Amino acid sequence: MSGAGTAVRTLAVLCPDWEVVAAGFEAADPRPVAVVRANRVVATNAAARADDVVVGARRREAQGRCPDLLIVAHDPARDARAFEPVVAALATLTPRVEITEPGVCSFATRGPSRYFGGDEALAQRAAAAAAGAVSAGPDLDVRVGVADGPLVARLAATRAGRGRPRVVPPGTAAAFLAPAPLAALAAFVPDPDVLDTWERLGLTTIGEVGALPSGAVVARFGPAGQWVHRLARGLDPQLLRPEPVPPDVTVAADLDPPAERAEAVAFLARTLAEELVDRLGGWGLACTQVVVIAHTEHGETHERCWRLDGPARASGAPRSLAAAIADRARWQVDGWLSGPAATRPTAGVSRLVLAPGSVEPARGRQLGFWGGEAGAGERVVRAVARLEGLVGPDAVRVAEARGGRRSGDEVGLVPTAAVDVSVAREVALTFGAAPWPGRLPAPSPSVVHRPARPAEVLDAEGRSVEVTGRGEVRRPPHTVRVEADPPHDVVAWAGPWPVDQRWWDAEAHERRARLQVVTDQGVALLLGRADGSWWVDAVYA
Amino acid sequence: MFDTRGVSPSPTRAEAAALAELDPRVRPLTLAAERTLPVLPALGALLPAGLPRGATLAVSGSAGRSFAVALLAAASRAGSWVAVVGAPGFGWRAAAELGLDLARVVVVDPVPPAVVPECLGALVDGFDAVLLGAEARVPGASARRLAARARERGTVLVAVVEPWFSSGTRERAAQGPLADVADLRALVEGEGWGGLGSGFGRLGGRQVAVELEGRRLPGRRRQSRLWLPGPEGAVAPVEAPHLEVLGRHAPTPPVRSTA
Repeated sequence: MSGAGTAVRTLAVLCPDWEVVAAGFEAADPRPVAVVRANRVVATNAAARADDVVVGARRREAQGRCPDLLIVAHDPARDARAFEPVVAALATLTPRVEITEPGVCSFATRGPSRYFGGDEALAQRAAAAAAGAVSAGPDLDVRVGVADGPLVARLAATRAGRGRPRVVPPGTAAAFLAPAPLAALAAFVPDPDVLDTWERLGLTTIGEVGALPSGAVVARFGPAGQWVHRLARGLDPQLLRPEPVPPDVTVAADLDPPAERAEAVAFLARTLAEELVDRLGGWGLACTQVVVIAHTEHGETHERCWRLDGPARASGAPRSLAAAIADRARWQVDGWLSGPAATRPTAGVSRLVLAPGSVEPARGRQLGFWGGEAGAGERVVRAVARLEGLVGPDAVRVAEARGGRRSGDEVGLVPTAAVDVSVAREVALTFGAAPWPGRLPAPSPSVVHRPARPAEVLDAEGRSVEVTGRGEVRRPPHTVRVEADPPHDVVAWAGPWPVDQRWWDAEAHERRARLQVVTDQGVALLLGRADGSWWVDAVYA
Repeated sequence: MFDTRGVSPSPTRAEAAALAELDPRVRPLTLAAERTLPVLPALGALLPAGLPRGATLAVSGSAGRSFAVALLAAASRAGSWVAVVGAPGFGWRAAAELGLDLARVVVVDPVPPAVVPECLGALVDGFDAVLLGAEARVPGASARRLAARARERGTVLVAVVEPWFSSGTRERAAQGPLADVADLRALVEGEGWGGLGSGFGRLGGRQVAVELEGRRLPGRRRQSRLWLPGPEGAVAPVEAPHLEVLGRHAPTPPVRSTA
């Protein structure tokens, strides 16, 4: 790490639409492809974008815009595994390649640039090595950028062409960024809300923010403002003061017998990751980079450096950080063990080492405040995945607000596969506010029969109770009989409340008169009269 | 180092109350008795310390379903995930009125009988609370294992027996799922609905008598009278309790045996 403020000269390698490429499609595939996670598009290729398929769209909406869209399920492990050859090719140029995320990696250019004769020459070499990383098949679409600081290098890579690296000369990062729109930072800035605020204030480019006085930006917009401002002035926004990595926090464990498959390593990786996070937590630190080293019985070693970004680090919860580290260790071992024959180890993995690459002061929660619920969402995600395997994906569902007149219409159930359970959802049940005239007021029945159970409602003389066309009951109900159960006397009743809905749709049209009754056993029922017969619609149990 | 400008030196009463509430939660040490899920204030008389984690509850009586939902409402508001299994026709709106946070509820339905124990095992591992309806038939041997697993994982199991229209009525109530292995047993009987006349009015609230007993309960037995649901669908304690209810079952009308 260099001194305070100045950014480390970095080369970034970026594979556009990596999720699509990793799924086995060529970069310039003419077929439109979308990668979908939890029913939302997370990545597309150029052909899909030409049809207006946007990231974040619902799967159904994307298919509506582009009927011949190919849908692929998102698999982070596959992305990481497929990226391993690219990293291996770059590792021939420099020993320490940092994998920012599958599809993006970077390394410091100070040494290799001098060795290979300048940034331009190094960038050309890196582009050639990465593009030819997958020996079988055509060259990968790789973009290379060199600039001061990893983030600027990454942004430079997005501006680079295929085979034409973009090199931003030292000290000109600010000039390079100045004309770029603020939206380019949306995925990186710690608090994206600040970008919205600026846009509404009329600041549209990074340069315009950089031109503001530093003190004013910090005072008004806090750390996120400072972050962008430092970036706009060509300084490294990430680390104001790099923390030294404390001694003795590296964790390691042996595998006996050696693991031939990544699954066997995953369990150990989880335990090690928790220990690493624990040890760093003891120093009040959290890691931003983790180095995963795997050894085999035959002395082969595989070392990769992963940057930890995204939700796991932002949430600051030790458990999710540990899970993110464990995921990366598993991906790496998986990529190594299932890689091409030339690089695959000759024996199983016998030792796993996790070391912190760089650290920052821990900002995370230290305890689960609300009774240890930290990680509850993650446990639920795992349980849901298991249940889907046991009972089928359509039998595991969550509620979604819909609205309606009849009991049970207000809430619909959608399979958990269609929603992201791990993030907080809002089931905004604005029952009181939604305009559904004719709906029965609270309290609502706690058991809703769908379909309704056939019933008989008799008057004092044993004749079926009729509801007139004007919605009146001529003879009061006296007994209720439900299927084979013995009849129950009615002690109180009210209604009927007619509902005539969806008359525009022959199939869904419903004319129903509803009656609330309380039986001599103290049970309250919601009865419905439709098509000349009585039904138990719901029970107030 | 710290930004103290927005913090007033002495907390107001509301802040002090919030701090006092927060204090027990952020203490690093938790005693076994403190490992609880929160319950609604109206249920404070029954479970003053909250719902003990890892406990198995068997709930029976004509208002069992509502009571079971009400038990888990505050926990779901506080961030716990609740699974509902084997309870067809779950009244979502009623659950929301009782205070359950529907965003943290997962329903598993239908469950093939062959995989019920396995499915419940997965639920106990993943969720903070599991509500079992009458359709989730747990064989005797696996019931004990399930309760032990829930105790180890700190998951609250609430098994409901629904007497109404589930054939067999009260005889089966005593032997509902997990009734034998339950740490706590609750009998929740409706004592009458308000608001409904002969042809007029609408259902208002219902008074229920709750009797809670179990070996993990100090004093073994607690009783309470509640509005379940109250006129707005929420739970509320009955303001003037009937004194003579203590020590006696709430009156239960006999089941008519013949037509």
